[in-house]
Amino acid sequence: MSRRAKLAVASLAVCTALGCAAVRGTGGTGGAGDVGGAGGAAGAGGGHGLASVPPSVPELVNPFGESPEAAAAGRKLFLLHCAECHGDDGRGSRRAPSLDSRRLRQASAGALFWFLTNGRLVAGMPSWSRLPAARRWQIVAYLQQRSAAGRSESRD
Amino acid sequence: MPRLFGGASMSPVAGRPGWGSGGRRRLVLSLGLLACQVLWASGAAAREGPYFVTYDHQLEEPGNLEISFSPSFATQRGSGSFAAAVVEVEAGLKGWWTTELYLDGQSTVGQGAVFTGFRWENRARLLMREHWVNPVLYVELEDITGADKTLLEVVGHDVEADHALPNRVTRRDRKREAETKLILSSSLGDWNLSENLIAEKNLAGGAWEFGYAVGLSRPLALAARPDPCSFCPENFTAGVEMYGGLGDRDRFGLKDTSHYVAPVVAWNLPSGATLRLSPTFGLNGNSHKFLLRCGVSYEVADFGRRVRRRAGRGDAE
Repeated sequence: MSRRAKLAVASLAVCTALGCAAVRGTGGTGGAGDVGGAGGAAGAGGGHGLASVPPSVPELVNPFGESPEAAAAGRKLFLLHCAECHGDDGRGSRRAPSLDSRRLRQASAGALFWFLTNGRLVAGMPSWSRLPAARRWQIVAYLQQRSAAGRSESRD
Repeated sequence: MPRLFGGASMSPVAGRPGWGSGGRRRLVLSLGLLACQVLWASGAAAREGPYFVTYDHQLEEPGNLEISFSPSFATQRGSGSFAAAVVEVEAGLKGWWTTELYLDGQSTVGQGAVFTGFRWENRARLLMREHWVNPVLYVELEDITGADKTLLEVVGHDVEADHALPNRVTRRDRKREAETKLILSSSLGDWNLSENLIAEKNLAGGAWEFGYAVGLSRPLALAARPDPCSFCPENFTAGVEMYGGLGDRDRFGLKDTSHYVAPVVAWNLPSGATLRLSPTFGLNGNSHKFLLRCGVSYEVADFGRRVRRRAGRGDAE
């Protein structure tokens, strides 16, 4: 095989890989109605891409339990990393949906942890695997504390 | 984008912006004010990794823009020591795609400062979920001169002696190159392990050149404290990276190549800035004995929409 042919094959491989990435980017891994991050309307239904959490995800238990300190640290992390898209109060913005959906309130700690870890890249929700697992669990603790507070408010 | 520039005068001849001294001054002023407004109100918490050469699989958040300035200072045998600097502008286009522009320059003792070219890189995640190994494809086009001393990657038979030639000679040697990397990155517990395999080709001819970079890092504290803090372990990430050349297609191997090892540390400030530092040590006689790399990064959240809004074209929120 000539050098030019090898170069062409290599270029083709690169283009194919980029094409696959683009197809993955547009095809999505969740349902069409599963509104996710960037571009998603504020408070758009029960989206959040939680539907993409595989059913096989084990029911992980938050090592911090319902610790108020962990939830407080989680709130700090939320304001630092999440609020720029979801808003300081978690009610969403033009970049990402509200966190007040029923699906999110009912989500297990393990499902939230999985979703934070993997994100939903096709919809703009980044993967937060860059944060250590302990900090992701702290954010989960805050989200669940927030959901519990929301449930008790709605009962009142 | 005439409205973006607000006060830039328009040429009555062809409807093009006027570039007279007054128009240019207004344009620079408008851009400066716009940049200040956008930066002032939009710092996002940058989560830069500590590496200078190695890439991991984390990409820029979509819509965000990160601006970095990374000077490095190096000893040089047979010529003057030098300082090289890179300005990087990195944009998250999609959750799985990040693009970045680099502007390179250097200043060598006794030879003055030169602009050495630009690079445009793209990184795309190939798998949309976290896996044991997360592959990222990296494609970069470079238009640099032989005077470039940024050492953003080491490939082929790059050696210290290449940098001993005077700038007036090397700056005439223009290189248009394509560089590809396969980035493999893993989260091992709370450690990050990244391996980069590099292949670079001069588009004007010449053999493919190869190189590698490997990095290992970990945050100093895993859990966050409830109270805000700047100088606490949770804001620091430390590690080590190693990189070097692997020869070229005709002479693959370690002969006549240079290699470096570098402890790295990053300090992520809650204000949105990240500071990085890396003393770098050459591992063989072909390498620079010592480099000191520094970096400061600042992340601007939702950059495009903020610019449009400041320029009077954004939607009301």
